[in-house]
Amino acid sequence: MNKIDTQKPVQGEDRAAASKEWQQGYQAQVRTDKTIRNRSGLEIQPLYWPEPGSDPDYDTKLGFPGAGPMTRGIYPSMHRGRTWTQRQLIGLGRPEDFNGRIKKILKSGASALSIIPCNSVYRGIDADEVEPELLGTCGTVINTVEDMGVSLADIPIGEISIGLNDPNPFTMLAQLLVVAEQRDVPWTKITGTSNQSDYISHFVANHMFYRLSLTGARRVQLDAIEWLAENVPNWNPLSVVGQHMQQAGANPAQAMGLTLSSAIQYAEDCVARGMDPNKFLERFTFFFDISISFFEEVAKFRAGRRIWARLVEERFGATNPRAKRFKFHAQTSGVDLTRQQPLNNVSRVAVQAMAGILGGLQSLHTDGYDEVFTTPTEGPAKVAIATQNILKHEAGLCDVIDPLGGSYYVETLTDQMEAEILRVMAQIDAQGGMFKAVENGFVQKAIGESALAFQDAVDTGEQIVVGVNAYQDEGIDTAPPAIDRPDAAWMQGQIDRLGAYKAARDQASVADALNTLRETARSERENTFGAIVDATRAGATQGEIIALLRDELGFGRPLVVA
Amino acid sequence: MTLTATLPARVLVTKIGLDGHDRGSRIVAAYLRDAGMEVIYTDPWQKIEAVVALALQEDVDVIGISSLATDHLLVPKLVAALDGAGLGHVRVIVGGIVPDDEEAALLKAGVAQVFHPGAAREEIVDAVAKLARDATANRPED
Repeated sequence: MNKIDTQKPVQGEDRAAASKEWQQGYQAQVRTDKTIRNRSGLEIQPLYWPEPGSDPDYDTKLGFPGAGPMTRGIYPSMHRGRTWTQRQLIGLGRPEDFNGRIKKILKSGASALSIIPCNSVYRGIDADEVEPELLGTCGTVINTVEDMGVSLADIPIGEISIGLNDPNPFTMLAQLLVVAEQRDVPWTKITGTSNQSDYISHFVANHMFYRLSLTGARRVQLDAIEWLAENVPNWNPLSVVGQHMQQAGANPAQAMGLTLSSAIQYAEDCVARGMDPNKFLERFTFFFDISISFFEEVAKFRAGRRIWARLVEERFGATNPRAKRFKFHAQTSGVDLTRQQPLNNVSRVAVQAMAGILGGLQSLHTDGYDEVFTTPTEGPAKVAIATQNILKHEAGLCDVIDPLGGSYYVETLTDQMEAEILRVMAQIDAQGGMFKAVENGFVQKAIGESALAFQDAVDTGEQIVVGVNAYQDEGIDTAPPAIDRPDAAWMQGQIDRLGAYKAARDQASVADALNTLRETARSERENTFGAIVDATRAGATQGEIIALLRDELGFGRPLVVA
Repeated sequence: MTLTATLPARVLVTKIGLDGHDRGSRIVAAYLRDAGMEVIYTDPWQKIEAVVALALQEDVDVIGISSLATDHLLVPKLVAALDGAGLGHVRVIVGGIVPDDEEAALLKAGVAQVFHPGAAREEIVDAVAKLARDATANRPED
């Protein structure tokens, strides 16, 4: 890759001018002069930085939030202006079950919503073809526009950011857009993100999200990015995911490096289609894991932000400052949670969340402490949200921007993590880019080795895990939380609903729309996503659309190096 | 001692149902392979009939099912299908996220053992070796 010059001054030498510029940006975002004081009555400033003349590296390496190297954050006010989005991922049962639960969660403080579909939807199978035991046990069964409408009943979809766990070909987004039409909400008002849209990551780790072959997925992905830029301009069509890789065993530096390499791949593919980096890069978002390795995670996020800001300019020539913003959602790591002494997981999640917050995240999901037993149940999910509220309101984590900036340790570690991340990225470049490095198994092999090395460290006791290989008998309650499973009869209504939906639609229109989609897929030049929206509007189910595209573009399977 | 008793254990490591999380299955497959066993490893989302066919074709002693979502709920069907195919001697183990009450149901349905997060390498390898010996001892005469 083009070498990133870490010595190049980005901000300029005039710290006083830069701080003034930051101050203006800050005030434009915060708009209040309210003084924040700590319990001892001392006034807390939103940002601390070295006096002009001292610490000559400051301007090139750190600078001020929202400008220059971006190390300290992507907005001038960061969490003091607007705290992170509390985005809890939930999904369970039937559409009406999801709807009831999301309303409660929005009441309890969540500020955005996310829909997790049933694993059968990830597999691209409709409810009438799934083993009934599994239906709705891990997410909501959403196969049609009708299901999406019921899931979002009474939710103001034009006013709330919506995350869809919707791998390409983005059938849930197509359903959402049709629901918006039905409610007369213009597509320009629809905001949110296609999560799990990073198809490359699906072939690396967590083999559960892809539906199409690697090359088929690549084409459909670019179709959607292009189409959405025109038609749904405030939607983020791409969330580049490091979370899978880290959950699958990549270490934090590896996960960050591989994710940035994936982002480069997507950006290069968009450029090859003639898209403008100043425009499309602005809509790229990221999704990371936060492990319990506290300082390492903080440094990982700071280093990633710095690399991205440089890379956007130096590699893609983008000058739009918004394109340089490394916007990311993060989720606390489920792999760090233990079945033994499960209440300890509440502490783990709090520490992980702190690392993400101090690392400057924009959106956060905290895991329920029962994640090692089941998909999170309601009680533990509420504790997870309360954890965020405690950190926000009691611990004062939002008072100061990048409060760890300037620490000898954190700055050294940030530099070291940056070097390690760049080393990983150079390895991927040497493979010919991320697409090729995944196609040939290089990435999967590296992650597998890292996973095994970590497990060995736990097995030998070199890595202590409380309650697992140390402190096992401390008399801490190990009773697992209660788990509700839907019974098979409960889901019968959903299967019946699908049957009725299929029977009631205009069959000729559905057949026509699917035919058009097939021709579009074959043409190679036409854009598939518009045809997917049309087929969805005509009444095609997600299972029908995905089956058709698999037929035309190839079926995905893991490129496993065991 | 019969000839088969001296051969390495043959283990099928797979996932059935809908989920694809495979960090655990890959690690366990590596553990067993390192311990000298013959490991047959598959893609996730296998159908029960496909697992039975593969078990027959590969003449396995033990089948390890990794379940991180709810796919273990299908394992009783797998055990019954193995019995129906004359593979009653094959021992089935499950590893992953399995709630306690569902573990009890799995054991009742004929699953030999359930491993939870935190299970150590040695514990898994020893248990699989023992189950493979059991399977060999119970193998019907050809």
